[in-house]
Amino acid sequence: MFNRAKRIIDFYIDGFRNMTVGRSLWILILIKLFLIFVVLKLFFFPDFLNTNFDTDEERARHVRHELMNDR
Amino acid sequence: MNDLASLVDWSRAQFALTAMYHWLFVPLTLGLSVIVAIMESIYYKTRDPRWLATTKFWMTIFGINFAMGVATGIILEFEFGTNWSNYSWFVGDIFGAPLAIEGLLAFFMEATFIAVMFFGWKKVSPRFHLSATWLTAIGASLSALWILVANSWMQYPVGMEFNPHEMRNVMDDFGALVLSPVAINKFFHSVLSGWTLAGVFVIGVCAWLLLKKRNIEMAIRSIKVAGWVGLAGILATLATGDGSAKVVSKVQPMKLAAMEGLYKGSCGQSIVAAGILNPDKQPGDNQSPYLFDISIPNGLSILAKGDSDAFIPGVEDLINGISLTPQGDTIRGISYAERIARGKSAHEALRRFDSAQLAGDESAMLLAHSDLKKDFQYFGYGYFNSVEEAIPNIPMTFYAFHIMVILGGYFLLFYIAVLFFAYKKRNIIEGNKYLQMIAMLSIPLVWICSEAGWVVAEVGRQPWVIEGLMPARAAISNIPTSSVITTFTLFAIIFTGLLIAEINIMLKYISKKSKENIDTI
Repeated sequence: MFNRAKRIIDFYIDGFRNMTVGRSLWILILIKLFLIFVVLKLFFFPDFLNTNFDTDEERARHVRHELMNDR
Repeated sequence: MNDLASLVDWSRAQFALTAMYHWLFVPLTLGLSVIVAIMESIYYKTRDPRWLATTKFWMTIFGINFAMGVATGIILEFEFGTNWSNYSWFVGDIFGAPLAIEGLLAFFMEATFIAVMFFGWKKVSPRFHLSATWLTAIGASLSALWILVANSWMQYPVGMEFNPHEMRNVMDDFGALVLSPVAINKFFHSVLSGWTLAGVFVIGVCAWLLLKKRNIEMAIRSIKVAGWVGLAGILATLATGDGSAKVVSKVQPMKLAAMEGLYKGSCGQSIVAAGILNPDKQPGDNQSPYLFDISIPNGLSILAKGDSDAFIPGVEDLINGISLTPQGDTIRGISYAERIARGKSAHEALRRFDSAQLAGDESAMLLAHSDLKKDFQYFGYGYFNSVEEAIPNIPMTFYAFHIMVILGGYFLLFYIAVLFFAYKKRNIIEGNKYLQMIAMLSIPLVWICSEAGWVVAEVGRQPWVIEGLMPARAAISNIPTSSVITTFTLFAIIFTGLLIAEINIMLKYISKKSKENIDTI
């Protein structure tokens, strides 16, 4: 079990190490993932209902009132 | 109202920008994965090292594109939670289930086998490697399947029941969701259009190689594979497009009317092959809808119903709830004014349900729930005060549809010509600069065609987020417009910068490799 896991990890490490085109691409991917999951998600895209309400009942009531309002 | 309109418009613009950005990469992944798998299959059968080199060249380009597109779709899910929270709650597990399956099954399948594809050349057997390449292609299509199932439900909501306690739609028929005619057509139409796009991309890049007189043998070899994949793709895309038109005519007739700029329908309705809309035309006036048009008699009736005499309703017919029999008799259906009235009844029933719940009155809740059920299919119409609010942007839908169809026809001719020249008149494809330039210029055209398809699908169904049940204005979160403008601008700047950098990496790779003898790699 341990050996199999080690072989899989080595497979990925060797693959990344021997990449030819990938270095600048990986830098861009890491920048992109950082921007998406750290900057955008944490600071700009909070989950509106999870942030503002504690229970599903409160969320359901809020949405019901939102949908009943004549928007 | 103005603030609300502004918030709705900015939220929609942001979602459109993100979705269109994401869709720049997806169809190339779908199509190029198949082209690469076929190339590797030829290598596996022939053991000709030139096919191995060709496979590796295109596989690297596939990898660059995959990396470029990775995680861009996640932003859409962020937007659901932040900007479209009413929608996200209202759809419940119906939207969540296909997306979860996509994440767990297809994405992991794709991600696992992509690693074998790129890192496993000398570590696994050729048979296992080939299987991994094909499974990557299948995994990419399976990813698309679940996303398109979720999207199709928004266009044609089936297989669920609304629960006013939870304010959520609860799935009660998974089969109806997955096997809805909209989902089946959309899946094949979208995935196979990816084959068309990838074929044009490969042929365009090869045309550049031929223009530069570099790696001519590899270019011709690639053109033949891409030509056949692309031809199969465009033929199937046209066939499924025909199927889509028939489904749309049944479940979204307003979208079909907008696609054709059709205000007043008729039996044996003609189809506009090309035209310019009259910008002053409004529903109910006597102006002609077109300033100029080239029409094919009975074309729309055949396309939408498979019957040259069938009645196709226009925008005004749908608003008035009128259709005609081939004998000219009028059939009264439900008008948009009636839909609005029934939608408002559904809203009133929901209000009564809410009051009864607060009062703890179970029998009043049951009664209100029962009344809500009767008119729930028109729930979304209750938000409108005039029938005009239920009409999509006709010019945008019309032009996007015609751009898509005209370019689709062009690509059919393109593939026939490319294959003819590649097999019979190879000296022409090798030496004719004009043909090579046309092939290269076709690359941006195929992306325009692909994005236009999404504009038809998504703008044509407006104002609905969920057809008939929820318009965009009810779906959005009550957040400041300024925050949506901020994230829109941020996204546009960051991702334009990343896109330029990533395209630069792809072009540099193609340019660098083209100077080597790719067949000896």
